[in-house]
Amino acid sequence: MARLASYLRAGLRLAVLLGVTALMAAPSFEAAAGVELPKLEKGKGEKCVEDTAFMRRNHMELLKHHRNETLRQGIRTTKHSLKACVECHASGKTGSVASSKEDFCVACHSYAGAKPDCWDCHATKPGKHSVRQAAQPAVSPLMPSSGGRQ
Amino acid sequence: MAQQLCINQGECRTGQFFALLALGGLVVLGALFAFFTLEHHGHILTGMNNQIVWGLPHVFAVFLIVAASGALNVASIGSVFGKQVYKSRAPLSGMLALALLAGGLAVLVLDLGRPDRLVVAMTQYNFKSIFAWNMIFYNGFFAIVGLYLITLMDRKLKAWSKPVGYMAFFWRLSLTTATGSIFGFLVARAGYNSALMAPMFVIMSFAYGLAIFMVVQSSMYRWNGLRLDEGVRRRMKNLLAVFVGASLYFTIVFHLTNLYFAKQWEFERFILLDGGIYTKVFWVGQVVIGGIVPLILLFMPRSKDAQSMCFCFLAPFLVILGGVAQMYVTIVGGQAFPLVMFPGHEVQSSFYDGVVNAYHPGIYEWLLGLGGVGVTFTLTVVAVRVFKFMPQDDFQTLQARRSTD
Amino acid sequence: MSDSMNSKLEDRRHFLKTSAVVAGVTLGPGVLFFGVAQSRAPEEGASSNQRWGMLIDTTKCGDGCSDCVTACNTENGLTGHTGPQDSQWIRKVDIKDLRTGYVQSLPMLCQHCENAPCVDVCPTGASMKRADGIVLVDRHSCIGCRYCMMACPYKARSFVHEPLTDQNPEVPRGKGCVESCTFCVQRVDRGDKPACVEACDTKGHKAMLFGDLKDPESEVSKALKSSDSVEVRADLALHTGVRYQGI
Repeated sequence: MARLASYLRAGLRLAVLLGVTALMAAPSFEAAAGVELPKLEKGKGEKCVEDTAFMRRNHMELLKHHRNETLRQGIRTTKHSLKACVECHASGKTGSVASSKEDFCVACHSYAGAKPDCWDCHATKPGKHSVRQAAQPAVSPLMPSSGGRQ
Repeated sequence: MAQQLCINQGECRTGQFFALLALGGLVVLGALFAFFTLEHHGHILTGMNNQIVWGLPHVFAVFLIVAASGALNVASIGSVFGKQVYKSRAPLSGMLALALLAGGLAVLVLDLGRPDRLVVAMTQYNFKSIFAWNMIFYNGFFAIVGLYLITLMDRKLKAWSKPVGYMAFFWRLSLTTATGSIFGFLVARAGYNSALMAPMFVIMSFAYGLAIFMVVQSSMYRWNGLRLDEGVRRRMKNLLAVFVGASLYFTIVFHLTNLYFAKQWEFERFILLDGGIYTKVFWVGQVVIGGIVPLILLFMPRSKDAQSMCFCFLAPFLVILGGVAQMYVTIVGGQAFPLVMFPGHEVQSSFYDGVVNAYHPGIYEWLLGLGGVGVTFTLTVVAVRVFKFMPQDDFQTLQARRSTD
Repeated sequence: MSDSMNSKLEDRRHFLKTSAVVAGVTLGPGVLFFGVAQSRAPEEGASSNQRWGMLIDTTKCGDGCSDCVTACNTENGLTGHTGPQDSQWIRKVDIKDLRTGYVQSLPMLCQHCENAPCVDVCPTGASMKRADGIVLVDRHSCIGCRYCMMACPYKARSFVHEPLTDQNPEVPRGKGCVESCTFCVQRVDRGDKPACVEACDTKGHKAMLFGDLKDPESEVSKALKSSDSVEVRADLALHTGVRYQGI
């Protein structure tokens, strides 16, 4: 059954991929050649969690991987968390990564012609609980932290 | 130019053809308008809510999907059971099945909360979900019936029509079983939660599908100024009567069983006695208009030559109306009845626990639902015009058979 | 019958296993690990050695008090509106016995079933159960078909009917997807109680106990062991994570 499913999936993915490639051919980087590169606001931290060039190409894969781990397995590391991205890259002006055209995510995505739907559900501004802080949880009197394996 | 388009038509009524096409197109456009509006503003514009989660779009969608499976019946009787009269109607039957399924699926997809994730629905399957199995059955139905149509219409592949016909037959039985089970497998709600849902949907699909076939067939004959052979007419009429009778029988058994279970009394009281709109739609729509009246019409004795007394259009048309009524009672009525969480208790909350849930379908639901009918209608009009779907009866054989049947 | 025997045996086995784990951990370096729960390192996922659950004592639940509902709305960014199209993750339900006239009030939320119907019926697998028993919706693969809402015996789920903005960063939610109580998974994962439980404690009712059902030393396990409790719609054999006392 599982194998059948994977064949089916593979086949469908191929079909979808072909369709999407055909559709997406237009707004590629080449097409945008002549357009000025987006000017991105510098993040708050010293440097990004990965090399900038690597992030530019692969941030979506990292985020996708992380989101599945967090949601489905409850793994709450912060290195590749979307919340951490937002905390560093929220604009000084708008306080958001996606509320104006110059904001970090939007600026680049509109240049690249990408339309991710992250902001349908996710907040575009940092929250009260800092991610960095959450990485070393404060010891709660009721639920003492084991701080490691059980 | 236009002359070449009319292959089957005795006379080429191009103007009227385009008028029909425009009508169908307009209805489809309405559905698309509703879709884009909902996509932007959300389902807040509809009458559907957290209590009635499936509304009018689902009534039309499930009806069309169930009818699609039933419309294939005519072809199956031809290929699987070898009846010549039905064999010559197989292509029309297959085409209608595809058009109906396309219409139903369109509504189902356009009503999703995240229609943009259709790819997810088609690539990620939870095999424990009967809904996921339905997606496989629907997609497979297109492929198998499409193949079946090719074997029926291509002279060289004709020999394959029997095995492929068998496959289509079993496939569509599975499809309707699975569709009925979408409701049958809902353990928590009084109106569903019954193994009877699957066979009941199968038998109802026979009735609805055949009814739609007969309406389309009558329209095609009238359009071309032809008259359907009396023998063919009688056979289909009797078959429809059997299916309508069987649907009524299943309805009776379903409710009788519930009436026997004390825990189901409240639900039965709701549907049969004091459920307001749902009680009315059940008795007037499903039972009288969709069952009793068609049966009377179909069995009414009449003189052989009286053309005006043929109910080959009216009776099946009423069956279709009754079918939509049945879906409304099953789908919306089943949700309107309060979910029983604490048996023997009166329940009250801010989330509408313990009350009969109100449902007022809005314009967007109507547009979506009717859009499905529009898709089916448009596809049928075009297909009938462009391809050779007019049943090709061999009248000499018919004459000869009539004496033996 | 044999089913319940099996589950008792199973419980026993878990009891032994967990005790061993607890014993091992207490002997380990330094810290004492007893408590309502054991929080874990961020890189460690949810584990099937735990099963989060709740015990609600309806006799302690305040009639007319809805602090749990308010706390839930604040934590998860819900408006608190109660129109037919608004989301409600937890609600107060008043029930009256039709034969005796006895009236009670209780909070109703996602029951986090072991055999969750919403998880079974979801076509894409978006409705899912974590290893520690928390039932969630993966909004990345939810297509908004609402079949889970048809299947849930507790009306625990809501569909988001309109576009949302300014969500709580820890609780992403948006138009077109189905959602429900998450046991405040974002809090539980950092070692806190769900917001509703905390609010109930603050109010002084202490009608809601939250903890690890597989840890025999947890407050909730001890309370469950010492007095009778029931599942709502126990006839469906869903083995809910939320149990009630006093109904």
